[in-house]
Amino acid sequence: MTTFETIAKLIAETKDMDVSGIKPENTFADLGLDSLDVAELVMNMEDELGVTIEISPALKTVQDVVTLVDEQKK
Amino acid sequence: MLKGKTALVTGGSRGIGRAICLELARQGANIAFVYAGNEQKAEETLGMLRETGVSAGAYRCNVADFAATEQLVRDVTADFGSVDLLINNAGATRDKLCMRMSEQDFDDIIAVDLKGAFNLIRHTSAAFLRKRAGRIVNITSVAGLMGNPGQANYAAAKAGLVGLTKTIAKEMGSRGITCNAVAPGFIRTDMTAVLSEQMLAGAEQAIPLRRIGEPEDIAAVVAFLCSDGAAYITGQVIQVDGGLRM
Repeated sequence: MTTFETIAKLIAETKDMDVSGIKPENTFADLGLDSLDVAELVMNMEDELGVTIEISPALKTVQDVVTLVDEQKK
Repeated sequence: MLKGKTALVTGGSRGIGRAICLELARQGANIAFVYAGNEQKAEETLGMLRETGVSAGAYRCNVADFAATEQLVRDVTADFGSVDLLINNAGATRDKLCMRMSEQDFDDIIAVDLKGAFNLIRHTSAAFLRKRAGRIVNITSVAGLMGNPGQANYAAAKAGLVGLTKTIAKEMGSRGITCNAVAPGFIRTDMTAVLSEQMLAGAEQAIPLRRIGEPEDIAAVVAFLCSDGAAYITGQVIQVDGGLRM
């Protein structure tokens, strides 16, 4: 599973939505995630992917997080 | 009733904290309490809790230590399965006039009374968030609401708890998690035992209900805030002070 697929799956679980509706260019706001949802998503990603993610305002889109995670996995 | 819930109570070995542990246990909650160092009192409380038939554990921890409280929450969660109710009760005083108060006097009291509550909330909030449930009660003081000569450190910490309480209520409210504060007035504990008879008599005269409160007076309100009946109360500071401050 690619990083994007994993994250999309986690978002879908968090918000109980269809994973096919999640695109890399979507912002979290587009997907209906509030700041607590993002915090929860980050916790779940840290558990699932074994990375540490600092939540910052720069993280707007799904791709932003994918990039951050991929950099850490290198 | 609180059957099946686990309460984590800081400062639980004596005084108000002990009364809170006993009341929550009486209502069926399992109790994990934290104490700073009084082994004898902790053992006593543990014995009293076990008599009520609930599961109980005593944990020695300095709540001011961020890393230690993280481990504490991990240990309690492992031992009890979850934490459902967090009662930040641990508190200390070191009274002096501000002009005679050292930096250490100020920092130490802020660390225990204010940062201690932050530490526990910080380390339990992720689990509360995931569960979409949780009750947090912070024990503040009327000293934090009205000021008290000789308690610049303590009153500042207790006022800080009010801001912390309201912020957590706003941050976590959308997930059904409540955070409230209880502000005791003069309560008969080791903390007020050091006050002179004359001062306590004077306090009594200033209290409309004309008596010093008992730890059980606080425990009853804390238990209510943990109950289903308090589901729609958050961000509040409930004074339990016999009417001392209105």
